[in-house]
Amino acid sequence: MTQLPQSTDRKMGLVIDLDTCVGCHACVISCKGWNTENYGAPLSDQNPYGADPSGTFLNRVHSYEVQPPEGHAQLIHFPKSCLHCEDAPCVTVCPTGASYKRSEDGIVLVNESDCIGCGLCAWACPYGARELDLAEGVMKKCTLCVDRIYNDNLPEVDRVPSCVRTCPAGARHFGDLGDPDSAVSQLVAERGGMDLMPEMGTKPVNKYLPPRPKDRIEDQIDILAPLLAPVADEPKGFIAWLDKALEKL
Amino acid sequence: MHPAPSVIIFTTLSGLGFGLLAFLGLGLPDVSGWVAFVFFAIAFGLAVGGLLASTFHLGHPERAWKAFSQWRTSWLSREGCSAVAALILMGIYAIGVIFLDQRWAVLGWVGAALSLITVFTTSMIYAQLKTIPRWNMNLTPAMFLSFSLAGGALLAGQNTAAIVLLLIAGTVQLAYWKQGDTALADSGTDIGTATGLGSRGKVRAFEPPHTGSNYLLREFVHVVGRKHAAKLRMLALGLGFVLPLLLLLVPVHDVVVKHLLALIAVIAHLIGIATSRWLFFAQAEHVVGLYYGKR
Repeated sequence: MTQLPQSTDRKMGLVIDLDTCVGCHACVISCKGWNTENYGAPLSDQNPYGADPSGTFLNRVHSYEVQPPEGHAQLIHFPKSCLHCEDAPCVTVCPTGASYKRSEDGIVLVNESDCIGCGLCAWACPYGARELDLAEGVMKKCTLCVDRIYNDNLPEVDRVPSCVRTCPAGARHFGDLGDPDSAVSQLVAERGGMDLMPEMGTKPVNKYLPPRPKDRIEDQIDILAPLLAPVADEPKGFIAWLDKALEKL
Repeated sequence: MHPAPSVIIFTTLSGLGFGLLAFLGLGLPDVSGWVAFVFFAIAFGLAVGGLLASTFHLGHPERAWKAFSQWRTSWLSREGCSAVAALILMGIYAIGVIFLDQRWAVLGWVGAALSLITVFTTSMIYAQLKTIPRWNMNLTPAMFLSFSLAGGALLAGQNTAAIVLLLIAGTVQLAYWKQGDTALADSGTDIGTATGLGSRGKVRAFEPPHTGSNYLLREFVHVVGRKHAAKLRMLALGLGFVLPLLLLLVPVHDVVVKHLLALIAVIAHLIGIATSRWLFFAQAEHVVGLYYGKR
């Protein structure tokens, strides 16, 4: 049913730390790896070893350069996947009811057997979170690894989305953003977590933590620098004799 | 946006077809028998042909029937429902007019209203999308409806109505282009709000996520052909509105010449509308392009 739930019991989602992300793309690969062989149709590639390879991904990492009015430019790696919006425009436009938002945890999913592949949900998403799989003809999107997070067959440590489990920098956090006491909500409050394109009115559940300001290099390069200055200005003893002898040569 | 031929053919032809159906439903022209058969054949051919073309871009056309279920929220679903309702009612009305020499007026009015509602629902599929500021305007449904009515009047041979409606449609077209050209800038969405980093300084896309292309870039970041946009606009305006208007205003009394001029007017209008529709898609900027630094 494409009517959005009035409210959801929980708001499961991701918090992505733009300060910590190193842009290694490990989350991209682990996402593709997990999701191509689990929930729904595989994530196909077209011409993967040819001149013009492309394929379906549920998570992609962009890199942006921010040039402040003063000071140095900052490079920011920017992972982007479905934000599981509270007011998800991709769900309401779906003509068949294939797209839906779960009332229990707020996850936005696609029932692939109802999807006609019209692409309208991808048109309605401002974030580019949905991609039509060219081999299967159905819409693919992040499931928040719904087949991991409730999976009793996995060790408890693995019951988080694949991207979160993989991130070597600890830049991705998973939890209930509807609970103000949860670790992710506290992190968002503490670091000023933000929405992407808030003017679109989508009310994203996923939050992004802004990068911390860069250190400023003023007069001093390092607090240890003074200790590295040369200490002996006039040689003495044997070294002084050697110095003079070599100079006379 | 990628200007897919299937959607351009669909919106152009079925807009024209439902426009003609609306006039036929009102009894304009008041025809019966074979003449009515030809009029209805053209109208149904255009409307149904367009609807069939729209299924060509689906990943799973065999499931298209499921699209009738979500009319509560989805404009695409509403369009499917109203299109089928309009075609069924107008089909029954056509049987009366063609074979029984009966004009069931109320049925015709309801059918005409549903035909125009179908065109409106088509336009709302595009106008509802906040992600494409150039479409997210009141002028989008105004444009679809005025084009459909003008084309319908032209096909129905309602010369006076056609002249007035072509003038209105041409004006709406110009207003749509004017407002559309600044729509993305006016929306306030830019790479700064897209990344949330705009308050920190000037944001530049440094590296894309991959070296190749992807579905998003192919579907939403169409930039080819924009350099000819100004010329194509002149072509759309000239063929779609100016030439048909001039042809309608030529004072001829010979019936054959009159029909020939009308035929040329209809063909010119069709090419003009198709060109305008191509621009409608090709010039539309989806905000996802901002993430790729492509706007």
